[in-house]
Amino acid sequence: MNFFKIIKNGIINENPIFVQVLGMCPTLAVTTSALNGLGMGLATTVVLMCSNFAISALRKVIPSKVRIPAYVLIIATFVTMVGMLLKAYVPALDKALGIFIPLIVVNCLILARAEGFASKNNPISSIADGIGCGLGFAGALTIMGAVREIFGNGSVFGFSLFGASFKPALIMILPPGGFLVLGLLLALFNKITVKKAS
Amino acid sequence: MKEIFIILLSSILVNNFVMSRFLGICPFLGVSKKVETAVGMGMAVTFVMTLASIITYFVQKILVALGIDFMQTIAFILVIAALVQFVEMVIQKTSPTLYQALGVYLPLITTNCAVLGVAILNIQSNYNLIQTIFNGFGAAVGFTLSIVLFAGIRERLEIADIPELFKGFPIALITASLMAIAFLGFTGLVK
Repeated sequence: MNFFKIIKNGIINENPIFVQVLGMCPTLAVTTSALNGLGMGLATTVVLMCSNFAISALRKVIPSKVRIPAYVLIIATFVTMVGMLLKAYVPALDKALGIFIPLIVVNCLILARAEGFASKNNPISSIADGIGCGLGFAGALTIMGAVREIFGNGSVFGFSLFGASFKPALIMILPPGGFLVLGLLLALFNKITVKKAS
Repeated sequence: MKEIFIILLSSILVNNFVMSRFLGICPFLGVSKKVETAVGMGMAVTFVMTLASIITYFVQKILVALGIDFMQTIAFILVIAALVQFVEMVIQKTSPTLYQALGVYLPLITTNCAVLGVAILNIQSNYNLIQTIFNGFGAAVGFTLSIVLFAGIRERLEIADIPELFKGFPIALITASLMAIAFLGFTGLVK
């Protein structure tokens, strides 16, 4: 498989949210606006890319019995680094994402790709897989964030869409809105894929 | 005493881990098809979360004393992984019946973000040891409450007539959304 094919596979055919339904906690929690969704998605992409590369490069060194703790340790290292960079350069985003930055460690998406892809493939393809799945995740989070922001705040990426007469449905940026939007988006994705198949 | 009651009330109902903080969604969606398995998962999580709260409290003290508190995430996840492994071994030796009931769910708890989440939240809120224990326990009880309620609803959903497109995850999420609205009603119960 070539580099770009793996990336495309990660974004569309194996989309982490819409197809694999992995990494639900950050998906629901931080998507109160499109910008937060995108920020979380990109932070996860960076971690996923680095950890996929490191795990793939070390795959012949790590004994299979202790592989899961070893993976978790590698992932935690990159998460700490990304967390420190965010705190230093984008403090506003760091504050908005809060506790969900350290919690990237336990995002099942990252461990799933480590176990399912990086431990079996060479470092270059693993980087491609990291970028693909990461961007697929970031894309889904941005869509989620945008939908919730439009209905809940009347804006996208902070730009107001409607006039002052628009009454936002606050429920969309409260917790129930997260579950609702994801449920409806998954149903929509089902509809699109079913149509394609038939 | 009053303060502890407020912490419990807040972590079980008002700031319910699943319904308002979005922590532990994976097991919430994954292990909620039957009430019995949901109860099993809830018990395992309660056990591990309370213990993890206590241990990470002391780990944080050591990290701060050594001046390396930026290692928090790495240290906590290692401690939790080791703890889960340890708990699994102890239960296997002492109570085979409990092990049979919890067996499958124990390893899954390492990647349950509610456990790491409660450890980090305890540190962020500057709780003392007693408050930490009750916050960890309360959060876990809140998790158990919502997963058991959700499993009860999902058992009914199995026999309901649901449009093809909504089968599986979509309808589960929309159900969770309605439950979250109910939990919103507790807002304001604690300051």
